[in-house]
Parts: sequence; C-alpha cells; structure tokens
Amino acid sequence: MGIQAETVQLGHGSGGQMMKRIIDEVFLEAFGSPELLAGNDAGVAELSPSATIGTSPSTREPATHDDTTAQARLAMSTDSFVVTPQFFPGGDIGRLAICGTVNDVATSGARPLYLSCGFILEEGYPLADLRRICQSMAVTAREADVRIITGDTKVVERGKADGVYINTAGVGIVPAGVNLSGSNCLPGDLVLVSGTLGDHGIAVMSQREGLTFSTPIESDAAPLNHLIADVLAAAPHTRCFRDPTRGGLASTLNEFAQASSVLIAVDEEAIPVKPAVRGACGMLGYDVLQVANEGKMVAVVPAEEAEAALAAMRASRYGENAAIIGEIAALPDGSSQPASTTGSVRVRTPWGSTRILDMLVGEQLPRIC
Amino acid sequence: MTQGTAKDVAANAAPPLDAFRDPALARSLIDTIHALAGGHAINLMEVCGTHTVSIGRYGFRSVMPDGLRLLSGPGCPVCVTANQDIDHAIALARVPGAIIATFGDMMRVPGSTSSLAAEKAAGRDVRMVYSPLDALSLAHDNPGSEVIFMGVGFETTTPTIAAAILEAQAQSLRNFSVFCAHKTTPPALRAIAGDPHTHIDGFILPGHVSTITGIEPYRFLVDEFRIPGVITGFEPVDVLEGIAVLVNMVERDEPAIQNAYRRGVDTKGNAVARALVNQVFEPCDAIWRGLGPIPQSGLRIRDDFAAFDATRRFEVEVEQTVEPQGCRCGDVLRGRIAPTQCPLFGRKCAPEDPVGPCMVSSEGSCAAYYRYRA
Repeated sequence: MGIQAETVQLGHGSGGQMMKRIIDEVFLEAFGSPELLAGNDAGVAELSPSATIGTSPSTREPATHDDTTAQARLAMSTDSFVVTPQFFPGGDIGRLAICGTVNDVATSGARPLYLSCGFILEEGYPLADLRRICQSMAVTAREADVRIITGDTKVVERGKADGVYINTAGVGIVPAGVNLSGSNCLPGDLVLVSGTLGDHGIAVMSQREGLTFSTPIESDAAPLNHLIADVLAAAPHTRCFRDPTRGGLASTLNEFAQASSVLIAVDEEAIPVKPAVRGACGMLGYDVLQVANEGKMVAVVPAEEAEAALAAMRASRYGENAAIIGEIAALPDGSSQPASTTGSVRVRTPWGSTRILDMLVGEQLPRIC
Repeated sequence: MTQGTAKDVAANAAPPLDAFRDPALARSLIDTIHALAGGHAINLMEVCGTHTVSIGRYGFRSVMPDGLRLLSGPGCPVCVTANQDIDHAIALARVPGAIIATFGDMMRVPGSTSSLAAEKAAGRDVRMVYSPLDALSLAHDNPGSEVIFMGVGFETTTPTIAAAILEAQAQSLRNFSVFCAHKTTPPALRAIAGDPHTHIDGFILPGHVSTITGIEPYRFLVDEFRIPGVITGFEPVDVLEGIAVLVNMVERDEPAIQNAYRRGVDTKGNAVARALVNQVFEPCDAIWRGLGPIPQSGLRIRDDFAAFDATRRFEVEVEQTVEPQGCRCGDVLRGRIAPTQCPLFGRKCAPEDPVGPCMVSSEGSCAAYYRYRA
C-alpha cells in the first residue's frame, strides 16, 4: 500500500472507493453486526431482539431476513453534516440534516418516525444563524412528518470546528412483509431515478467557490419518504431504494451491482440532467453521474411494475422529472460473483459505444453535506 | 472569494452545444471514419488530456475501425511534471508558515516519498484552488503566511498566472510567490514527431491551448515532418469531426494543419494573453516526465519579477529523486505503449493508490483508460 494509506485523507469521506475501504477495513472490521454487514443505508433489525445480540464476531452470519418479514421491524440510520457554507441556494445544513436521515431510514421501506439531533458548535458562532438553521430543521421535519424527540449540544473552542456540525439519527418502522435491500436486484428489473442529477453538489460547490450562473443552480435537498411510500404502494415488489448522495449515481449503482451480483446498464440519454449542471460539470471536469444529490432516489423495480412506479414518482412532489434509465442483467455464463469489484455498471452512449461507470476515486467535492 | 467575470458561466451557453452532441450526426461521422480509414493502420495522437478524457468518456475507442489507434500524448500538465518538481513543491510545503495553493489534481501525485495530499494530512497547509487569483486572495487573507502557488500547465493556464503575478506586484503583496513548472506544447510535439520509436500519422491538436497559440506554432509538423494536425473541440461531434478530417488527410497524403474548432479558436490565437506571458515569463529548458529534458520548453519567471519566484525566494532542500519502480508513464506519454500495456496498470497502479502520475490526474491517460474501460 502506498503513501496515501497512512492517515485519514479527505478522499476517505468522498462516498467513493476510498470511503468504501475505510468502512470495510476499519469500521466493519470492528463493528460488523449482521445488520451493518447487510450494507444498506438504514440498519434493519427485529423489534423484539432474540439471542443474536452479543454474538461474537467470529460466529456472526450475514443477515437473512426472509423468515422475519412477517413482522414489522425497526429501521435506524444516522448521518452527520459538515457542509460549508451552511447556507446555499436551495437549502442549508439544517434542511440537509433532516432530509439525509429521513431519506436513509425511508430507503428501507420504513416510515420514519423520530429523530435525534446533536450539535457541535464552534465558540463564536452567531446565534442568529443557529436559530435560522433550527427553523429550517423544524419546517423540514414537519414536511417529512417526523418529530425530533431528543438532542445534544457541545461547544468547542474557536478554531476547533467550522461553525456548526450536526448529527441526526432516525428510527422508523418497516411494515410487515416489506424487505428492501440492495441485494434484491434481479436480471430484467428496471432502474429508475426520481429526477435530475447533480443539482446539490454543483449548487454547494458554486456557492463556495463563487461560481455564478445565469440560471441559478439550486440544491435539491428534500425529504423523500412520501415519494418512497407512493412508489411502494404502486409497485409493491420494488427491490430497493437508495439516495445517491456522495459518489452520486455511480456509487449507488455499483453498490447494487455488487450486492446483487448482477450487471447494470444505463442509457446516458435517458438520465435527466439540467443543462446548467451539465455545463458546470463540463467546465469543472466532473462526471455528473458521480456528483452528489440530496433529494433524489434511485429505485430498482420489476419490469412489470416499472410504469406504475414511474407514474407514482412523477405524481409526487419531488419526482416530476423521474425517468427509467436502465436495466439489470445477469452476469455472463451464470457466474454468481463479479470477477472484480469494478466493471459491472455500464453506460450506453447515444452513438452506440459503451463505457464503464466506476465509483468515484479520491475526493471530488469535500464537505458538501 | 472573488466573484470575477472569468467565473461567470452563461446558462444559455449550454443549448447551442447540443448540436455538437447530436447522436445522429455522431453516428454518421463514425461511419465516415470507417469509410475513410478502410482498415489501414493509422496512429493518431490526441495531445490534450481533455481530449483523452472525452474519447474515453464517449467510448470512442470501441467504435473506431480496426487499425485506427488513438494514442494519448503529453498534454496532461500534472502527468508531465517531473518527479523532482513535485519533490520541490513538497519541500516548499514544509517551509514553516507556508501555504501551498495548487490545482486539485496536483495534490495526490506521488513524489519520491510523499505527496502534497500526504503532507496536508500530516498537518502542512495545502489548499486546493481553482484559479491563481484565489491564491492571491489567500495571500491577502493570511498576511502572516507565505502563500506559494504551484503552477503547472500549458499555454492555457500561464496567462492567468502571469496576470496573478502582475496583480500581486500592483498590490505590493509581499507574501505571494509562484513555483513555476509551466511548459509549452510545440517543443513536446517536436520531440514526439522526431522520436524514431514512435510513429504518429496525425495529431489531434489541443483546443484550449490553441485559443492562445493560434495555428502558426504547429506548422513545423507539416513543413518538417509531413504530419497533419487538426485543432478541435471536446464535444462528441467535435472529436469525431477532428478524427475524420485527420484520417482524410492521412489517406490522401495531403498533410496540413486544419482548424475544426473555429467557434473557439482564432487562427491567430490570443495576442493579448501571449504578451502577458512574455512580460512575466521567459523560455527555459525543462524536464518532462517521460520525454526528458527538452530545450526551451519551459517557462521561468523573469528577473524583474524575481520577488514572486518561489524557487529564488525559499532555499529548500529537495530530496533525492526516486522514480517509481516499474512505472511506464514515460512510454505512455510518448505514445510508445498504451496504458494497458504497462505491467502495473490496474494491478499495483490504480486511481485509488496510484504509482505514476498518469493514473492520478483525472486527465491522465492511465486514469482515463482505467475509468472508461470499454
């Protein structure tokens, strides 16, 4: 291993390959519970825990919930927010802090119910800004129909943090019979996105770096639990949801492909992207498919339910630009494991060529959420 | 942060570009290239790293006719920066009170034993900037620190560095300097055109660089080597049209330098920008990774501006240069081998943990081949 590996670097928080490695090699190595090893955005566990808790790591088994979905289960997720600047076009750190956790809980098919929030504040931070952030959190929580029921406050010396960091955690209930996971994708399933990609990453980046556009690019930060509920009602056999935050669509699709041991192909032309975002990405050299979103959902749905899922997305408040962008295919010659961890997601261009869509490497835009 | 006009982007710049992404037009150009090439062996080199990325991103290698090879040239500024220059920048980062400002790609390039990113993680102050003018703002905001901008790049970036130095002089900024590893494109093309181990039938010339240089500096390719060149843009139709024009010239044996990027490139280039560069910089010999020393291919800061030259301002001890074992970035940059022919490619050397610079920079040919494997 090279010189990059000795200390924590910004790329370890990028949502791409470096982050995957620090999670696999440090966190899962230490904590690997079956719920964590399932690798989804929210951990899902039984409401009345059996003897599995406290099982030593050497005897732990991968999560198999098939026999437990007859009962409602608990979903839990947590997320920390360090975005700078704290206020940006289309949102602020408070709105992000609610949406991020609500969306992560909701991807499990759970109805998010309660949140906690912890603040780490830097000495000297303006109280007026803190009030503004909390107002925004309150409004967003009402919109998402969740309640903040506990919290924590810490203050550190000036210079030891950057204004305000927020952690939120959320719990929700997965109804009986619902079992969503990135490992559920099957050949023939279709891939949907709920709207235009790249808006959040480019909005924060533009605000931070003083880029100005004639058409302002706004963050898409939004709670998507209602959208997910609508899609699940219309397409009850939906395999999984994931919000393509850091690392963008590229990370989400690669995670699905690996978890399900399948190939995924998407059509570049079908992927919705705003012209201004496309232009900004071109200018800055970013692949829009690796840029973060905070108000978008990727769904994998059986082909026969895809139109219903699409209609439900489009009818929902944050899904008017939803589209079907690709499909799941089987690995060649019936092998059950991808030969490598890369190369299982491909993009088809409109002129008949294809390219691999890899996970982001290194850092692209640090501290965007 | 500066809110300069240089950073303004017209939103309505996007729709007219759609014509250059037209799938039907792209498909017909691919057919044209197939018809023109007729299965002959043709080696084309794209000089510019942005073209390398475009070709990878659009998946063009997978749709080219048999025998037509697209080779990547020395046009990624990070990739051609010599190891000793990286080591020098790392040594500057260790100067107490120094803030190193540089473009993002430069951060992760391994020097002999460290990288700027590793120095940053170890507590040195290394900042990523998007423009040298941002480094000026840093110097303004940190009067107690020495802000050293690490400048890499070709004709497109040097005018902005020259402007930053002139601005620093106008503002009497005393804590701003530049470590200059800038290079000029034509001498590198000459080195490749004259390399007996490399056979190039035509050059896809850099669109951005040519906005500054114009067409004249490439004439020697035709006059001395009978190699055609085409200046083109970066959208799918631009690149394909450039390839078609080149293949046509190769097949007819009618070498010329053509400008297929008229919406961006004036044949005469940008004289104002060139004058700015000449005011601040003078040509010097430079070492290129892979190509070695090339006479008069680099730029150094003129004596009049010596106060802004980091190499003259800070006496630092630069470690002994160690070239990475087995790395063949040099052969890749000359077009002698494709990235996939390097024994380290994808094994010991991947974007996540790169050995050579061509795997680090997003514009590096190895990174582009790795990222966009067909």
